[in-house]
Amino acid sequence: MTQPNRLSGGRIDTGTALTFSFDGVDYQGHPGDTLASALLANGVRLMGRSFKYHRPRGPLTSGSEEPNALVQLRTGARQEPNTRATTAELFDGLTAASQNRWPSLRFDALAINDRFSNFLTAGFYYKTFMWPATFWEKLYEPVIRRAAGLGSLTLQEDPDVYDKGFRHCDLLVIGSGPAGLSAALTAGRAGADVILVEEDFLFGGRLNAETYGLTDTSTQGWVAMVMSELESLPNVRCMSRTTLYGVFDHGIYGALERVSDHVAVPADGKPRQILWRIYARRAVLCAGAIERPIAFENNDRPGIMMAGAMRAYANRWAVTPARTVAVFTNNDDGHRTAVDLMAKGVGVAAVIDTREDAPKIAGCEILAGAQVIDTSGRLGLSSIKVRRADGKVQTISCGALGVSGGWNPNVHLTCHQRGRPVWNEAIAAFVPGGDGPPGLGVAGAANGAFSTAAALASGSTQALAALDDIGIKGRAIDLPRAEDAPLRISAYWHVPGGKGRGWLDQQNDVTVKDVKLAHQENFRSVEHLKRYTTLGMATDQGKTSNMGGLAIMAELTGKPIPEVGTTIYRPPYVPVAIAALGGRARGAHFHPTRKTPSHDWAAQRGATFVETGNWLRAQWFPVAGETSWRESVDREVRAVRGSVGVCDVTTLGKIDIQGTDGAVFLNRVYANAFAKLAVGKTRYGLMLREDGIAMDDGTTARLAEDHFVMTTTTANALAVYRHLEFARQCLWPDLDVQLISTTEAWAQYAVAGPNSRAVLHKIVDPEFSIDNESFPFMACGEITVCGGLRARLFRISFSGELAFEIAVPTRYGDALMRRIMDAGEEFNICPYGTEALGVMRIEKGHAAGNELNGTTTALNLGMGRMVSKKKDSIGSTASEREGLNRPDALRLVGIKPTDSSAKITAGAHLMNSEGPVDAAHDQGYVTSAAYSPVLNSAIGLAFLKDGANRMGETMRLVSPVTNDNTTVEVVSAHFVDPEGGRLRA
Amino acid sequence: MHDLIAITPMGATDARIDTIKGMKIAERPDFALASVAARAGRETDTVDAAKTGLGLDLPPAGRFVTHAPYAAFWTGPEQWLIEAPHDSHENLADLVKAALGDAASVTEQTDGWVRFDLEGAECHAVLELLCNADTRRMKAGDATRTQLEHMACFVACRTQDMRFSVTGARSSAASLHHALVTAAQSAL
Repeated sequence: MTQPNRLSGGRIDTGTALTFSFDGVDYQGHPGDTLASALLANGVRLMGRSFKYHRPRGPLTSGSEEPNALVQLRTGARQEPNTRATTAELFDGLTAASQNRWPSLRFDALAINDRFSNFLTAGFYYKTFMWPATFWEKLYEPVIRRAAGLGSLTLQEDPDVYDKGFRHCDLLVIGSGPAGLSAALTAGRAGADVILVEEDFLFGGRLNAETYGLTDTSTQGWVAMVMSELESLPNVRCMSRTTLYGVFDHGIYGALERVSDHVAVPADGKPRQILWRIYARRAVLCAGAIERPIAFENNDRPGIMMAGAMRAYANRWAVTPARTVAVFTNNDDGHRTAVDLMAKGVGVAAVIDTREDAPKIAGCEILAGAQVIDTSGRLGLSSIKVRRADGKVQTISCGALGVSGGWNPNVHLTCHQRGRPVWNEAIAAFVPGGDGPPGLGVAGAANGAFSTAAALASGSTQALAALDDIGIKGRAIDLPRAEDAPLRISAYWHVPGGKGRGWLDQQNDVTVKDVKLAHQENFRSVEHLKRYTTLGMATDQGKTSNMGGLAIMAELTGKPIPEVGTTIYRPPYVPVAIAALGGRARGAHFHPTRKTPSHDWAAQRGATFVETGNWLRAQWFPVAGETSWRESVDREVRAVRGSVGVCDVTTLGKIDIQGTDGAVFLNRVYANAFAKLAVGKTRYGLMLREDGIAMDDGTTARLAEDHFVMTTTTANALAVYRHLEFARQCLWPDLDVQLISTTEAWAQYAVAGPNSRAVLHKIVDPEFSIDNESFPFMACGEITVCGGLRARLFRISFSGELAFEIAVPTRYGDALMRRIMDAGEEFNICPYGTEALGVMRIEKGHAAGNELNGTTTALNLGMGRMVSKKKDSIGSTASEREGLNRPDALRLVGIKPTDSSAKITAGAHLMNSEGPVDAAHDQGYVTSAAYSPVLNSAIGLAFLKDGANRMGETMRLVSPVTNDNTTVEVVSAHFVDPEGGRLRA
Repeated sequence: MHDLIAITPMGATDARIDTIKGMKIAERPDFALASVAARAGRETDTVDAAKTGLGLDLPPAGRFVTHAPYAAFWTGPEQWLIEAPHDSHENLADLVKAALGDAASVTEQTDGWVRFDLEGAECHAVLELLCNADTRRMKAGDATRTQLEHMACFVACRTQDMRFSVTGARSSAASLHHALVTAAQSAL
């Protein structure tokens, strides 16, 4: 296969051929090519269709600022839309397809839009699709989106992995052109920790694309020498294929490293990309400059590109977009393109220079004071129409046109913290304003220093200044001699006159006319201009177009350009995939998983697990023959109430509280009294928030005068710990209290049921008596089990049965669970999960997370009297607010359907037996519901207005969500053993 | 002597050890831990008692010290974790409490944590994919609190550049192990 537009030289490996395909056609390129350079080498200029008018488009640039050449890379699950062909590194087997066209790139049916361009101007949608309003979301927008779009998603899961990482350095150098290399070398030799990031896969920046850089030595030789030294220094890390996409607070920089984008499939275990967070004490931005176009009629045909890009394709990639080209410029840099292409044997038909005093080039026609006023060529440029200085119009045949309207310093990153660039008239461009992010210096073309010599010098100077700032001494390095040509430019934004469209923003199809329309309709602020016309939006963020748009707005408003100003620059500098932002936190690893000590044992028994926060807890333990979860749960409940069961309750928060003021501390954080809790006793405690609303409940055991162990709910373990630390450190720093979580340190099991004591008798060492007299309800103690293992025993009950909670060091948790099961075998001991636990606590009327829902008070929970009036505690005063103590305040009650086969639905609302069913007549709502196998009926806990005085009342339970309408009776929340005889047995 | 068989945080009777391209990632269940928090106004007493009773100079923020068989690292203002070999010091909390008396509160923490040791020449490359601790600047005896894949951990440098320990919550041992192993596979 031939590559008709491949030239000689370049920084590509022509000895190796790579095969790739574009729109189903196979081509060949070489290592070092981008997709765009390889397609151009093969004579392919047409690479995409524009967003709105479906105009044929080719690459405008050779870098990440590209607005046009967006393609879908790869196929299947790895297909990636909107990839810039100008930065996609070629690899063998690469598959790419054009996008936003149907049925083909050459013939696109929706190019009909271009014929209606007079109607489809800026603001067209806003003006046209106004009514009926409801049609916008359901009809207009989907249709418009289908017609005007970029690439498409496959909706398949991305098979690749992405990493996130963190790096630290003294000096971060952003960009590896002359300024960046000089800065990195200066800092590297000074011994500073340096990170050099380069967006490209080659270090060297613009030096890779130019022939004019250094004067006394080979440019490529110097780049190679510097890189070799930098890579040999242990204090310097060089990161290629890495785009610095954002500057964040405190010297933190975001960088995206494309680790495997240049291979077909990432190596095993390797990420596709890494999102780096770089912590830099100082940074130097050496991001160069971006060339800007000049707008003229039909300036968007494939083959029309930036003059600097045309030069880069020729010098670096040995490619020309056509065998005969022309150049349209307002500055001397455009002439370099003509010189370099002629040197490569490409015919340069003419250089059209807007300046009357344009310099001469030997062997090339220079049309000084002329402008390109129109172009021809349906799918690619075939000729340009030029208005010469004498006013005559001349048509020039050429297959490509290099355009240079000057260069804009790449100020983007300096503006990420609302810094504003300032206008520099000498170079007719914005430069960094000096109010950029703290610690970020700017060097080289990014700072308006356009000559190679100035870039080299400023890189070194900025590096030294940055190092000096952080106390690192460095020395200026010897720099090679380099060209130091002054910039000669005469600002020129668009060619006036003509009826056709001159394109400013090729990605969003924004024309000079659109800017004029925005001005006419009074959208004159640059921010309004952007939103009205979409200038500068989408993947390229207007890197080649914003300047032209605001310059034209300046002309229209009669204001100087700096007064018009720029829009706000925001991260990311280039698009960043959501997958990269997510990193490894995907699927099963979205968050860490916490496992209880008996997890493996439960899994071996076939337990079904449920996520409670990060914990995995056994929900129930099915046995052979059971066909539904209800059967398992009912069996577990009956087993506990009938004999004995065991449940892993390790997940409950455990907080070790020590110190001579431990009791005082607890007395202040709990609403009920704790000061006089005896050693060896446990007490139920209710904790309020500052506003008097219930926060959490649990038990606290006193193991010694100065040692307590608090138990919290699983869900609130962290919140309570944080709350206690806040109280300890900020509210009462004078108290002698020390806290530490021991949730993880102890495996804890509830052994519940009439035979629980009998089972534990076989576990607890005989010197510790656990009979009712020596170890009554709410007792606690430090004991030993199984022949000497330290353990803790608490006689507390969530189920309402005679019950204990026993804790051992976590490493023995698995063994203890197996031992309890062995010991309980003679009693048919039954492991039970969170569902049975929930059923039994509802049967017992115990509040849990459903009731402690952040809106309820102690009074609502039926525990109003627990809030002690004899002491001050967090939330006690606020809980006395009048509004929280209305006579008809919600009270926790039990409900039972009058028909025992009916269901109760959590979340359903209670209504009076007669009267309207609406929010105004709402009487309360159900928080928890279950089927009680003991009562053979559905039961529920509910908050009911004045509930304590409505026992026995018949009400309607309704749910408009599930269409429930059930007749229920209000009963006590204590369905089982209301006297508490069982738990005290 | 009880006869209950201990399991490691990874759920087995033996410690989990992975070797990935020269990087050894080893679970270390063989250490007992006890927390020390000085009682109000008793920091000096605590430091003195630790020196006298355990031979340990309780370290400042960001450091850990070793005085065999004990080691200690700073965990918060006037708070430290004391480390000692498990089998010979299973009752570490009692030993520490005996040494410190009423100057400090001591809590058994042995099974609250899982510790993985990373050993190899590429520790930094692995750890930089996981946490923002600047491990390249850490010297032996440096310790810091940081976060790995949403898990709060202590990272301690045992041998500069070559050996680091990562100590996190025991219940998420499998998640922490997964994070370390996948990072090693990615980086090496």
